[in-house]
Amino acid sequence: METVASFYETPEPARFTGIWSWLLTLDHKRIGLMYLFAILFWFLLAVLLGGVLRLELMFPGETILSPGLYNSAFTLHGVIMIFLFIIPALPAIFGNFFLPIHIGADDVYFPKLNLLSWYLYMAGGGIAIFSLFSDGFADTGWTFYVPFSISTNTNVSTTVFAAFVLGFSSMLTGLNFITTVHKMRDRAMGWLQIPLFTWSLYATAWVQLLATPIIAITLVLVMIERFFNVGLFDPARGGDPILYQHLFWMYSHPAVYIMILPGMGVISEIIPVFARKSIFGYKAIVGSSLAIAIAGSLVWAHHMYTSGMSDTAVFVFSLLTYVVAIPSAIKVFSWVATLYKGAIEMTPPLFFSLCFIYLFSVGGLTGLVLGAAGANIHVHDTHFVVAHFHFTMFGGTGFAFFAALHYWWPKMFGRMYDFKKAYIAAILVTGGFMFHYVPMFILGLQGMPRRYYDYLPQYANGNFFAGFGALFMILGIGLMVANLLVSLSRPRNAGPDPWGGVTLEWTIPSPPPVHNFVRPPEIMAYPYDFSGVTDRSAQRPKGE
Amino acid sequence: MPGQRDQTGKKLGMWLFLFTEIILFGALFVLYAVYFSWYPKDFILGAKELDLGFGVINTVILLISSFLVAASITAVQNDQRHIALAALAGAQVCGAVFLVNKYFEWGHKIEIGIYPGSERLLDGPAPQNLFFGLYYVVTGLHGIHIGIGMVLLAVSLVLVFCRRITAENDVVLDNCGLYWHLVDLIWIFIFPLFYLVV
Amino acid sequence: MEHASHIFSYKTLGLVLGALLVLTGVTVGASYIDLGWVNVWIALVIASAKASLVLVVFMHMNSAGKGVVVSFLSTVFFLAIMIGFIFWDVAFR
Repeated sequence: METVASFYETPEPARFTGIWSWLLTLDHKRIGLMYLFAILFWFLLAVLLGGVLRLELMFPGETILSPGLYNSAFTLHGVIMIFLFIIPALPAIFGNFFLPIHIGADDVYFPKLNLLSWYLYMAGGGIAIFSLFSDGFADTGWTFYVPFSISTNTNVSTTVFAAFVLGFSSMLTGLNFITTVHKMRDRAMGWLQIPLFTWSLYATAWVQLLATPIIAITLVLVMIERFFNVGLFDPARGGDPILYQHLFWMYSHPAVYIMILPGMGVISEIIPVFARKSIFGYKAIVGSSLAIAIAGSLVWAHHMYTSGMSDTAVFVFSLLTYVVAIPSAIKVFSWVATLYKGAIEMTPPLFFSLCFIYLFSVGGLTGLVLGAAGANIHVHDTHFVVAHFHFTMFGGTGFAFFAALHYWWPKMFGRMYDFKKAYIAAILVTGGFMFHYVPMFILGLQGMPRRYYDYLPQYANGNFFAGFGALFMILGIGLMVANLLVSLSRPRNAGPDPWGGVTLEWTIPSPPPVHNFVRPPEIMAYPYDFSGVTDRSAQRPKGE
Repeated sequence: MPGQRDQTGKKLGMWLFLFTEIILFGALFVLYAVYFSWYPKDFILGAKELDLGFGVINTVILLISSFLVAASITAVQNDQRHIALAALAGAQVCGAVFLVNKYFEWGHKIEIGIYPGSERLLDGPAPQNLFFGLYYVVTGLHGIHIGIGMVLLAVSLVLVFCRRITAENDVVLDNCGLYWHLVDLIWIFIFPLFYLVV
Repeated sequence: MEHASHIFSYKTLGLVLGALLVLTGVTVGASYIDLGWVNVWIALVIASAKASLVLVVFMHMNSAGKGVVVSFLSTVFFLAIMIGFIFWDVAFR
């Protein structure tokens, strides 16, 4: 392939240079990279916070955190991980960078809106930091449940406002992606020729668009209650606090699909490439993405079985919850079936993807335990729940994020990283993960509640092991990030297609030129046709 | 190069944004639906306290303003710039009158002791507090949207005046108009739900 | 070419305004007849009729494309789910 200047050398708009060529850029790739570094910062911060929490819990009694500080710390961990990491991570970084390329476009439809979303994201993060230093960070948990969130003296209003601003950022990103997929797609690309990652982003974008306004108004209501004391959720004045929970989960349950759907999309991209085999059930995966987006919006109240809502509602929402399991299972089945009899080539992205499939399946199956109304009563608000959602959100979305980093890193930076260190990091993270969260399942079944800084003596062993696992996990994450960052000092030698991928991003130089395509893209009749791909490992720069 | 941006995408984007506004108000209507189903009698009593005259006048004003905005688009398409300017100015006036009415309406309520956290609401029957709480939150949020809509209409007015919005390039006016109509649309539901429950 | 298609004459717009004002009168009038719970539904039906007029004529919804119509209906459907499903809880407490 001919050499062309990459987007690093070509600012867009061209009149800006230096730092302004980044801060005022309209190039979706630069915006994606700015998200990458901001999000990595927040992720590592929240990982360390989580480590501090587990250190407190490693031994019984008050050790390193006071009870109040512990409450603020787990709230901060949750708020950062949810609103500043998992919700934006895959769409804002990899969606921004690769969605336009996947559909043969030179940018998103609204580049300025895209930049605005980034600034809203940064502003939301800034406000969250600001709230730390004024009256203390909220101690409500990331759910901001009333009446506590209205009556506590910590600075809930500012924290809630930060989440509100971040919601706007996410919503505008979704709006941009939907418009881009509809209006910027290459004329030759039909709906069923769109790569699966982009499909999952499209389904996610609809959820972002339609669900986020609910959390926006709900958080505004919390602020209004704190400032004007209207009493809409105050039982003494006729209100019903459970309605707050309804409104909150009307967004926040669909939001877990905002988090996981793009992750599933990443895995659907990676598995066929390294199995050298067309994805099994392309249409089924597309359909299940849409089905998850729709059905995921119908099940919010399964977070509220013990809240005091009616038994009828418990029954209905439990039933619907089981329906959502079906499309997720279809995807897992498709991935495994793609691997079956494939010419599998092990690489770090595939390794992370395989860990994803295992961890996410455990997370999904334990979700059924929680979705069953009867079993839920026993484990509600225990460490079982903590383990379950970390298996889905961290083992799922988090590992998909790691896989995506390793899969697209050579494309984004033109540089290959060291494979051996990547494998060691992956093993450390996965091993630490199991050591960290499996004891929590047991602790939960034994009845240890979540969100307390202390526990009864019989839970000491499990907590000790979990803290031990956390250490390995943090080491692994540190090694992984360091390994990737070190690669930036290497020469740009990754080549356009180091993996043998066939979607459009692998047909252009690494890193891509400013308008992505040097010549009009050729749209394949089917996005996962590997018949033209020979063994690419020989052409790859020595990562191993 | 691929990816031709045509004007229809901007309209699609605006519609998508309007959907988020619908859901934003929709969440408040969820609260309304639940509390109304629990306490219909108190809501009826609450609605009787509201001034139907203000409600009707403001409804008529908003409908006329919507008509004027729609007419301004027709005018721009027919190259009747002066009619477009007049229609947009008229819509501005309607928006301003709406807010002035709202000011007097709220002012009167506050005068007779009906406002969030007032003694009258604290001591009165609890569900009426809910009705007026929702009334203030919903109409307040709607009022803010009227304000935003007026700014957008003002921008359109200036752009039409500078001939930046023309028959060939009217997507900004279209989108500002869409926003204004949506604000009207939401009022169409607010009006019967707060002023007309019996 | 998409321009000419979505232009309504002043006369059409005026007629629609007239219809909206008449419907406003009807809904105010209907509120004086006490029919119990039916009143709310009458008010909502009239409001929906008014909203449809605004959507189709003032907002040129049809010219915005089939995708917009479908997604608008999906939004309304989603809102209906939000309001409807919450009654699984609040109606059976």
